Amino acid sequence: MKVTVIGGGVAGIQTAIALKELGLTPIIIEKNDHLGGKLCGWHKLFPTMTPAEQVLTPLLERVKALGIEVMLSTEVTSIDSDGVQTSQGRIESAATVICSGFDLFDATLKEEYGYGIYDNVITSADLERMMNNGKVALADGTQPHRIAFLHCVGSRDEKVQQRHCSKVCCVTGVKQAIEMRRWFPKSEIYNFYMDIRMFGAGYEEMYRSAQQEHGIQFIRGRISEAAPVLNGKVQIKAEDTLIGRPLKMTVDLLVLLIGMTAGQSNKCWTRCAGITQSDSMFLKPKNMFAGNVCSDAPNIFYAGTVTAPKTIGESLNEANAAAMRVAQYLGRL
Amino acid sequence: MSKRYSWNEFQKEIADDHYFYARSCIRQNFFPGSEQAFLNIMRNDLGKDVFEDARHTSCTGIGYHSDIVPLETIMTVVARQFALMTEAGYENLTSSCITSFGIYTEILETWKEFPETLEQTRKSLYEATGRTFEIPKNVAHTSDVIFHNREQIAEKAKLKLVNAMTGEPLRVVEHIGCHYAKIFPSKGVGGSEFPYVLAGMIESWGGEVVDYPERRHCCGFGFRNYLVQANRGYSVANSRKKFESMAPYKPDFIVCNCPGCTMFLDKWQYTLAEMEGSTYGQDNRGIPVLSYEEMAGLVLGYDPWELGMQMHQVDVEPLLDKMGVDYEPSSKYLGKKGKFIGAPKSAIVNSSPAEKYYRIKR
Repeated sequence: MKVTVIGGGVAGIQTAIALKELGLTPIIIEKNDHLGGKLCGWHKLFPTMTPAEQVLTPLLERVKALGIEVMLSTEVTSIDSDGVQTSQGRIESAATVICSGFDLFDATLKEEYGYGIYDNVITSADLERMMNNGKVALADGTQPHRIAFLHCVGSRDEKVQQRHCSKVCCVTGVKQAIEMRRWFPKSEIYNFYMDIRMFGAGYEEMYRSAQQEHGIQFIRGRISEAAPVLNGKVQIKAEDTLIGRPLKMTVDLLVLLIGMTAGQSNKCWTRCAGITQSDSMFLKPKNMFAGNVCSDAPNIFYAGTVTAPKTIGESLNEANAAAMRVAQYLGRL
Repeated sequence: MSKRYSWNEFQKEIADDHYFYARSCIRQNFFPGSEQAFLNIMRNDLGKDVFEDARHTSCTGIGYHSDIVPLETIMTVVARQFALMTEAGYENLTSSCITSFGIYTEILETWKEFPETLEQTRKSLYEATGRTFEIPKNVAHTSDVIFHNREQIAEKAKLKLVNAMTGEPLRVVEHIGCHYAKIFPSKGVGGSEFPYVLAGMIESWGGEVVDYPERRHCCGFGFRNYLVQANRGYSVANSRKKFESMAPYKPDFIVCNCPGCTMFLDKWQYTLAEMEGSTYGQDNRGIPVLSYEEMAGLVLGYDPWELGMQMHQVDVEPLLDKMGVDYEPSSKYLGKKGKFIGAPKSAIVNSSPAEKYYRIKR
């Protein structure tokens, strides 16, 4: 029995693998020309510093080994109870699993930080890309000496209508700070935060190690604005809320830890009966406890960050859960 | 600054013609030439219709921001301005003052959000004056209007914002003023973080915009900072922060959007020179501070003394010389029919002693 999996990121890939292993016939529809989703852009994964490819490569090999059908460069334009309409034609299926993931917050919307305007203001995704390319440097090719990370850019921020917590940015900030310490052992590294939310196994230990072993400075306060100075550096202003004083600092590099926002395609999916969005614009599961991977439509399921920000591990687990629910629905369990 | 394209995301509708003009309390007192220059440029150079009614009053914004004038009162005063506009048959309002512009936009938004306040205002105005009014179709600050016409002004330009000796663009610091777009980013050209209203004029007229760390910082006026005498040190300190930040960029002049900012960035330079002996200009004098009408006027070839530039605390002559403006130094303090209008005492921020010209003429 055919099952459509929308999205070829980690959630989509693992869903398809699990479905295949349960005796079903999944088809992955991916809008890009390759599988892997956002994971392709990540360098190392928290909290173990596992290279991203060590997670992705076995998944891709399994897809190949199981002979799972994949349609690349194909966009799903609508979903209904009998399948999906794509840019390459219609696909009929007994069930659909939506794994279309999230979008990265567009940092240019936080204009006060000058992303896209000032050369040495970058995002956490840009930094991952630099690390993947093997060269982390300022715009003029030199090494940064003083580096600031800013947490919660585009999450927990009513001004840009992103009230939710993106969950993974805190630990990403800690991970990237440690990585930068390894790249530039003599640098000064500051993390500006409003809360540090270390929810996962090993995260708190990583945070402690960042402070004690890697000498990362954590300052509780959000940066209010960034501005250029004559030598290409970036001046930042913040309030250190622990000592209750304003702070002004010039840094070589400002890294914005951008949040996860609901995928643009979510709105399109809601045209199908039984699919709704929550206030955060992520898709709303049928039940937050017992039906996290279910929609209100009986044969449409969810996996991964389409419903909320999640880690890679959580997305993979949810993919297995979604596959089980599909199998259950189709009478294969 | 080359990547500063984000202003394209923030566009606003600016009426093309037929404006009802609302003046500014501060400008009428400190830079009266700028308001007249706006009218001259609009009417004579651009052929636009601008109407003003001598019965219009202060918007009472300064009182409102000082907690002296209640919201209901200022709404009724603003409604009266709109009534004068309606009676004159106009639908587009243009305001000379940033604070007024902020007040108008704030009140229009309030009326939209809370329609009962609009009804109450209509009632109050009618009971007090017998007047009725229509909501303006378009509200623009006068800098928006000049921005809207910047290319036509460039076509008619007699001079560019260029150093006549070197051919290099003049380096210009633009200061927007808090009430222009910080309250409602969508109501300002370019939004609140990278406003383009003055930058667009500077670029169209050949100058180079200087970005510097404290570009967004308030000039220090801040109403209570200045109006409460005990707080004035705070006002000066804020201006000082800006001057310290911009000085390394060696700006040729500052252009301001807001009447208060023009005044404080100009006059606090004298204060700081007296207090600390610090000047921030390239020649160890002050940095000239212009209104955008004065900048447009110079570009269009207006006489600087006709523009009222003798009212400035910091002398503008070094800038005029750089631009190659043809002006008569000895006429600086001569008013209409050659009458001497008085001259300030010379100060460290001035480029040459005022007494020199005064003696010549007297």
